[in-house]
Amino acid sequence: MSNNKEVLLSVRGVDISFDKGGKKPFRAVKNANFDIYRGETFSLVGESGSGKTTIGRAIMRINELSKGEIYFKGKKISGKISKEDDREVIRSIQMIFQDPAASLNERANIEYCVSEGLYNFHLYKDEKDRIAKVDKALEDVGLLPEHKSRYPHEFSGGQRQRVGIARAMIMEPELIVADEPISALDVSIRAQVLNLMNKLKEEKGLTYLFIAHDLSVVRFISDRIAVIHLGRIVEIAETEELFKHPLHPYTISLLSAVPMPDPQIEKPKKHVVYDESKRDHSGEKPILQEIRPGHLVFANDREMKEYEAKLQEMEKLEASDK
Amino acid sequence: MAEKKIILSAKDIEVKFRVRDNYLNAIRGVSLDLYDGETFAIVGESGSGKSVFTKTFTGMLESNGQVTNGSVMYNGKDLTKLTTDKDWEGIRGAKIATIFQDPMTSLNPIRTIGSQITEVIVKHQKVSGEEAKKQAIDIMNRVGIIDAAKRFDEYPFQYSGGMRQRIVIAIALSCHPEILICDEPTTALDVTIQAQIIDLIKELQKEFKFTTVYITHDLGVVANVADRVGVMYGGQIVEIGNVEEIFYEPAHPYTWALLSSLPQLGVKGQDLSYIAGTPPSLYNVIKGDAFAPRNKYALKIDFEQEPPFFKITDTHYAKTWLLDPRAPKIEKPEAIRNLHEKIAAMTSKGGAYYVEQ
Repeated sequence: MSNNKEVLLSVRGVDISFDKGGKKPFRAVKNANFDIYRGETFSLVGESGSGKTTIGRAIMRINELSKGEIYFKGKKISGKISKEDDREVIRSIQMIFQDPAASLNERANIEYCVSEGLYNFHLYKDEKDRIAKVDKALEDVGLLPEHKSRYPHEFSGGQRQRVGIARAMIMEPELIVADEPISALDVSIRAQVLNLMNKLKEEKGLTYLFIAHDLSVVRFISDRIAVIHLGRIVEIAETEELFKHPLHPYTISLLSAVPMPDPQIEKPKKHVVYDESKRDHSGEKPILQEIRPGHLVFANDREMKEYEAKLQEMEKLEASDK
Repeated sequence: MAEKKIILSAKDIEVKFRVRDNYLNAIRGVSLDLYDGETFAIVGESGSGKSVFTKTFTGMLESNGQVTNGSVMYNGKDLTKLTTDKDWEGIRGAKIATIFQDPMTSLNPIRTIGSQITEVIVKHQKVSGEEAKKQAIDIMNRVGIIDAAKRFDEYPFQYSGGMRQRIVIAIALSCHPEILICDEPTTALDVTIQAQIIDLIKELQKEFKFTTVYITHDLGVVANVADRVGVMYGGQIVEIGNVEEIFYEPAHPYTWALLSSLPQLGVKGQDLSYIAGTPPSLYNVIKGDAFAPRNKYALKIDFEQEPPFFKITDTHYAKTWLLDPRAPKIEKPEAIRNLHEKIAAMTSKGGAYYVEQ
């Protein structure tokens, strides 16, 4: 299935370390490998400190890699690249941030906030063209042209996040890195922003890298999910596969932590706690390997056998249910 | 059933904030009886008044805020009549303690963890420093700090977010309060840490037998912790009931909307349902039902007259005209019908959220 899909972004053997001034550098991302296909929503899920944002920032060329490469449409975009390529990457990969209040210039009106990218890249013929583009971008995200003259503080959190999205959309990007775009929003607003992101994806054929810590949100929006723990991707699978057949104990622990809105089920639920140090370290070093087409798990040969047995049992059970 | 003992009783509370030349009506007439030993959860969007309401229990309203009506009876005293810090002595922190959302701002960054816990013990229990340290280490162990004796002299920055929240809980519990107010205690934490902190509060409640008021906007958390739930909107409680009544038989359209917008219930390929519009401005006088402008089931009367509480069962009340016998019969939205069956299917073997224990 994945064969006929175009790979839009490819992350190959990426390590990102932060120098701690003389001390041993801190490895925030360890040997990350994944592809994002055109038109899909790919989610990176993990706790704070897992390195998910660091990967997102590396794709944006903000963090430097200490090892590995990143390719966008087959072209290398990590390390030293030509100035034209750099501009092209900056334009076609856009970012949506977590806190819409902090990511907008509070002294600039919405018209300027949204046009900023256009100014930087001279992506407009004349003033009329620029205004038309701003109006269109605002309309796309469900705001009105008359909002142009307002300032960020005059908007609610959800509306501000819409401005943040409009600002990214006006550059006509191909890939959007959305870093926890709804975590700072109220429950009732979250649904609106998720719906909007889904709508834009369909209308504009966008591709998303969605970074989040909450599996329940991610399930609704993603096609594929990568679970990351302490800088290491421990499992990648299509959304339904990951939820139905989670294999890595950390994925299971994340799943068990999602609070379900049902008291009869939620009250007796036991949380599974994953402790990396209690893992059985015997056997050879684990690697990220494929257990079913498209389903990868970080394991060594001994663990692979365990996971395989578990997976077969689950599949047998489902087959007998049908 | 034996009559449950009421530990705190708030009646017709109104709170106003003076903002420049204007008054913000943050709480518009809320009454609540808290029963001894229960966990009462308050849910609502930001700005619905859930924190402000509970701040009247500890006299911690910002200086421009004022309780303009009503009473909070606790131990034979009306807490709204207390004004000076001296009046509050022996109640705030000692009998009614609060845990806030952000553990970093509740702790002093330049003092050791140990000194911040012992300070509270020495002040409230009048024991020696030696004895206070013993108690502090004891309670640190109790809230799950490994190597408590060694970490006693460390600073907040050396603790992770989850550990800091455990310390805040330890400080709150060091005086053995009767009521613990948890104001979004896990919102700033990761989901896995959230699960641990929730479990910890529940365990401690069993051991220390305090009453918990849990403020949150996450209905999943409510389902986990609450015995009873109050749903707040626009400075009022609009629905109140046992946790099962709120989740399985919700009656107020706002509760319906909150439940149906949960991403856990989302079906892929379909839009999530959401609440259109924004909460009402509490500077204005609100006519009728505050939720009416955003409510797709609103009746004509909702815009004209404020609904009273309608009784559904002995424990379940909702403030909506839909329950009036003259109102048209409207069923709750499809997304939350048979909620239990849907979630049971998701969490059972082969379902999306199934986790083997």
